[in-house]
Amino acid sequence: MATLALEGIRKSFGPVEVLHGIDLDVADGEMIVMVGASGCGKSTLLRLVAGLEVPTEGRILIGGRDVTALEPAERDIAMVFQNYALYPHMTVFGNMAYGLKIRGLPRAEIARRVQEAADLLGIGALLDRRPRQLSGGQRQRVAMGRAIVREPKLFLFDEPLSNLDAKLRVQMRAEIRRLQRRLGVTSLFVTHDQTEAMTLGDRLVVMNAGRAAQVATPMQVWSRPADVFVAGFIGSPAMNFLDATLTHGGTAATLRAGPVLPFADGRRAGPEGMGLVLGIRPEHVLAAAPGEAGEWEAAVTVVVELAEPLGSETVLHGRLPDGEELTARLPAAEVPALGGAAQVSLALRLPAAALHVFEASGGRRLDPVA
Amino acid sequence: MPEAPAPAPAAASRRSRPPRDWNPIHRVSWRTHLWLLLGVAVFCLPVWITLVGSTHDASTIGRGDVPLLPGAQGPENYRVAWLEGGGRFRTTPAWLMLRNSIVMAVLIAAGKIAISLLSAFAVVFFRFPGRMLAFWMIFVTLMLPVEVRIIPTFQVMVSLGLVNTMAGLTIPLIASATATLLFRQFFLTIPDELVEAAKLDGAGPLRFLRDVVLPLSRTNIAALFVILFLYGWNQYLWPLLVVNDQSLQTVVLGLARMIGNGDSQNEWNTIMATAVLSLLPPVAVVVLMQRWFVRGLTETEK
Repeated sequence: MATLALEGIRKSFGPVEVLHGIDLDVADGEMIVMVGASGCGKSTLLRLVAGLEVPTEGRILIGGRDVTALEPAERDIAMVFQNYALYPHMTVFGNMAYGLKIRGLPRAEIARRVQEAADLLGIGALLDRRPRQLSGGQRQRVAMGRAIVREPKLFLFDEPLSNLDAKLRVQMRAEIRRLQRRLGVTSLFVTHDQTEAMTLGDRLVVMNAGRAAQVATPMQVWSRPADVFVAGFIGSPAMNFLDATLTHGGTAATLRAGPVLPFADGRRAGPEGMGLVLGIRPEHVLAAAPGEAGEWEAAVTVVVELAEPLGSETVLHGRLPDGEELTARLPAAEVPALGGAAQVSLALRLPAAALHVFEASGGRRLDPVA
Repeated sequence: MPEAPAPAPAAASRRSRPPRDWNPIHRVSWRTHLWLLLGVAVFCLPVWITLVGSTHDASTIGRGDVPLLPGAQGPENYRVAWLEGGGRFRTTPAWLMLRNSIVMAVLIAAGKIAISLLSAFAVVFFRFPGRMLAFWMIFVTLMLPVEVRIIPTFQVMVSLGLVNTMAGLTIPLIASATATLLFRQFFLTIPDELVEAAKLDGAGPLRFLRDVVLPLSRTNIAALFVILFLYGWNQYLWPLLVVNDQSLQTVVLGLARMIGNGDSQNEWNTIMATAVLSLLPPVAVVVLMQRWFVRGLTETEK
């Protein structure tokens, strides 16, 4: 159990820099999830912490000790790999015991630790089997067990759930969370799945092109995304982005599509006419009769291009008169029958309270002036 | 009343099993078997003739008859071949030649496997300057079999004073590009994560070799051992060149030397007995390691 600190981590592969300076402080017992699209550098960061790669610049501290120059085995960490990386010729017991055997622990101690971990994971009956005799979920558990028996300072998870089927993934996700809480081991978890990220992490690191775009709790990331990338990455269906300009002395935005939306939470600093991007999540878009819009709402009309019924809700993909796309997730009861090839126009309301305001240049979140 | 339902099951069973001649597979099968039997005969007849020849006396075969039934001289022929040797020189008995051949073949096979395992391990799992150069240099030696480099190799052996020694007989044959390539291809299929997992478990390179790579290569090693043992066993040209000493005679070479150039009558009975004896070790290796051999060529434990 320990803290983890990354200080100005940079990593280049030849001339290509994949990590452009990452700083991160992880508290003791915290579960940090690193999430991002493929190639954003999240796995590289994990491998740097594991010691499988050497950073070009920066320092890694585990429990206050600088481990940047240490071998993986000396860092007192354990890692769960995406394909589990179990030794195919060893039994489950052998797989879990191997690291302890190399460390020279007494045989009785090894047997005790392996038995404990196996019981914890419910694989006590499988200790004599070979990995190929196990199902995907069981292999996953063995890989976890191999990490647990080490009693490391730090758990590293490299997309451990992505080889499981959907149902098992949900089950193992909850199990990993429970286990991590119970053992209280500081953990880094890499995933590209935002549901995993939201449900598992105490805090998320949303990675974008080698930088940490935002480091915050899942709810903060969802409700106050730091920039357009984070706003678009977290949430499903993805947030709508509409071009707008700052008007009315910074108290409102005029959409390119026409309507004016006042800011519900206060004035934004900036010159009149500054370019903005307004974000609104599909689930916050409301249905409305034409022309009906309150003071803190903007009425828009979309031409519906596609409707995806999900049962209780329907996701509508529409287009505003100026050509921008708008997606809305509406209760099924509020969606009129959409029949045939005829294009249907639909009136929608955008509530000002649900708006996210970003600068058009740079994409940073624009908060109200206090 | 009771007889009425009886014909029904009989009719059903007749319908479910069609008459034999209708089945096209049955019609062609005897022809297939004929060809197969013919093939077996072609391969087995020479072995049979050798076996039978080793049980007659020298003059029976010398007359030009090819006997197809065993004679009465078997025990005597094998005793002479085993203890005294045969042919024109009567110097090297079969037990010594067999021992030499077995030692040579085992040394060559084991040496090749050990060296190529280590060099493939280095080429696949380590980053060092000139890694690919080293690999390609090994690869290029595929184009230089013993026969091509035989004069310079012999010169080197003479300079090192290894002519007429077991070392001189085996060492030049041990370096093996083929086995290195096979091991390299196999090692490349070991996932990187397995290497990384071993690193995290604290296994150093040699520990990783011993605990992970060797057990995973077990079947490959067995298959290679069979192939390389036979390669070593069948060596002819190099032993012919580097060994004059009768006590280091190998059985393949010894057999050839037993057959004369026409000045005198060959003792075919002893020669054939020696030939039969020379078949036994390779057959034993193949039979004993067959299970491993097939597994090594067909399945991978991943």
